[in-house]
Amino acid sequence: MRLRDFPEEELFLQGSAACHGCPGSAAIRVAFKALGRNTVLAVIASCTSVFQSPFPVSALGLPTLNMAFATGGATASGLSAAADRLVAKGVLEEKPTILVWAGDGGTYDIGIQALSGAAERNTDFIYVCYNNEAYSNTGTQRSGATPYAAWTTNTTRGKEEWRKDVAQIMVAHGIPYVATASLAYPTDMFRKFARAKEIKGTRYIEIQAPCPPGWKFPSSHTVKVARLAVQTGMWMLYEHENGRTAYTAGTQRIIQGQSKLLPVEEYLQAQGRFRHLFHPQRDEERIGEIQRRISHVFETLQFTHKMKEHIMDIELAPPH
Amino acid sequence: MKLVETGNHVAAWGARLARVEVVSAYPITPQTQVIEEISRFIDEGEMECEYIPVESEHSAMAALIASAAMGVRSFSATSAHGLAYMHELLHWAAGIRLPMVMVNVNRALGPGWNIWCDHQDTLSARDTGWIQLHCASHQEILDTVIQAYRISEDPEVNLPVMVCYDAIFLSHNYMQVEIPDQEAVDRFLPPFRSLWRLDLEHPLTHGSVIYPDDYEEVRYSMFQGLENARGVIRAAAEEYREKVGGYHGGLVDAYRMEDAEHALVAMGSAASEARVAVDMLREAGRRFGLVRVRSYRPFPVEEMVELLSPLRTALVLDRSISFGMEGPLFSEVKASVYGRGEVAVYDIVTGLGGRDITYEFIAENATAAADGRLEPRTAWPSVRINEHHLVSKRGLEGLWGRRAAR
Repeated sequence: MRLRDFPEEELFLQGSAACHGCPGSAAIRVAFKALGRNTVLAVIASCTSVFQSPFPVSALGLPTLNMAFATGGATASGLSAAADRLVAKGVLEEKPTILVWAGDGGTYDIGIQALSGAAERNTDFIYVCYNNEAYSNTGTQRSGATPYAAWTTNTTRGKEEWRKDVAQIMVAHGIPYVATASLAYPTDMFRKFARAKEIKGTRYIEIQAPCPPGWKFPSSHTVKVARLAVQTGMWMLYEHENGRTAYTAGTQRIIQGQSKLLPVEEYLQAQGRFRHLFHPQRDEERIGEIQRRISHVFETLQFTHKMKEHIMDIELAPPH
Repeated sequence: MKLVETGNHVAAWGARLARVEVVSAYPITPQTQVIEEISRFIDEGEMECEYIPVESEHSAMAALIASAAMGVRSFSATSAHGLAYMHELLHWAAGIRLPMVMVNVNRALGPGWNIWCDHQDTLSARDTGWIQLHCASHQEILDTVIQAYRISEDPEVNLPVMVCYDAIFLSHNYMQVEIPDQEAVDRFLPPFRSLWRLDLEHPLTHGSVIYPDDYEEVRYSMFQGLENARGVIRAAAEEYREKVGGYHGGLVDAYRMEDAEHALVAMGSAASEARVAVDMLREAGRRFGLVRVRSYRPFPVEEMVELLSPLRTALVLDRSISFGMEGPLFSEVKASVYGRGEVAVYDIVTGLGGRDITYEFIAENATAAADGRLEPRTAWPSVRINEHHLVSKRGLEGLWGRRAAR
């Protein structure tokens, strides 16, 4: 699938109230293209609640239920159960894709109980977390997804804790499909949505969503920052299915040695929320700690990849 | 068909006869048997229904809202802390203008830990936009769950309905009930209908940001829905009597009020006890009657004026308390008859946390009110502070005393 092969039909319509360079609206556009018209959407309190445009107009071309902050998974369970009944009665010919669209606040923090509950019940739906690593809708406060050392309005000297990894928490739930995605790799994202659409049960897709006002970078740099996140290893692209994780796109290329892991500084300096790591003087300790963690992960993955290739080259002697 | 059943199992029968298709609930004592019975109905093929065993009451209500939004008749059941935990979504369910029915088994809120009857849970949910119907018998629970769908799905209403009944007294005790024929219920209750649904052919966005220019109209429309519900509740009760059989009153259930001078006002199972007290007082030559409030929201203002304003006194039995004010039912009754007639309204708060309310006790207090021996404000006649209640205070004094000595 190339960009030019994306369906032309737009289900994310004109007139959205999103900020310039909004990653959430860019992601929803790709997701809608991949999922198509037979989709029912639940928007969980987030920037999307706002950028879909206020009553009485809407930029969402799918039947949409706006729901309270903590309800993503549970809302999906209600939609899915009701859709099953409508199919059983013949009211609907085909079960629609149930899509829940939530931010990282609604996923990592207040919504994790309902998400976990739905995943444990293997509710048949796609859960999307567009992760702008903060409560961007309320003016950029820390969330469970905010990375170490990042500025937010309530971590003004940089967050002291490391982010939790909800994608891996979802892997631990044993659901059929988990994937991460990036705005800078739209064909990879499209393919993951298309794959998720084919599967029954709980699917989780998390999209890193660099937020221009919250992260303090020019609104024309959203995709550039998203790309740097992958190139520096701050965001990794993979999909997990049938107990196996496959790294994809930019992350895959780094692991296979086709492209170089860029120094994390390039990512940190491309935005204002890490400015205090460089001004008034360089914070070697915190920058070094971030780099060490990333390097450790990639060295391990690169080593494993080489070992695997190496082992596959070994010719075993025939048994006696 | 006649059954001898618990109030909880009877509520499950109500959902079954109403042909509910999605049930979403989380267990809480004393509600648990409702969802156990429904899941048994489903497992044994007696009910075609999806049962979502959610992980919390907050999620139970979210799933209920979502399934109703997809256009399917939906049911839940909860109690006390469960209801409190869903509070945010109670507002959401009413504000989104969707029909659905939930049973609430009235139970005390902790601390102290108490699974017995108390009305504090539902009365704290008074202003969420839900219709609240309170039952006084097992038969009424069954009939009211079915009527509740009719009311909820009326195009003039389109609001969720809470069917309330008392923990243990009604939820767990066994009583005989008449289970109506499915055909009769089907004649009374048309298939699910609602003002709107999530429609793939005609996509709409529901519940998005709404500015001050439109928000007031949303609230006004909810207010009107509840106003319209007055007539719809009365009509549903009448039509149910005609098509299915059984009548428990409209917004109120009045007993021996025709020539009454004094009235008792109560809700739930205490009203059954008050009925006995009325008979007892009548035998003693006192002209008492009973007004049982069936619909707490919408509140039966017209009925209160009609029934109470010609009287001399009315004694309200409150099974909850609005802290810093008075019994909440008392407030509503007084507000209803304000400026209409000369009736003096008295109040007792009693029966909290499942404490027994006997008919002798009711009769005693009713006589005190009728004879002007009660203060015209909330009284707590069954409170009896004794040694045990002072233990924790003394314990604290002991603890602090020792700390101070060290």
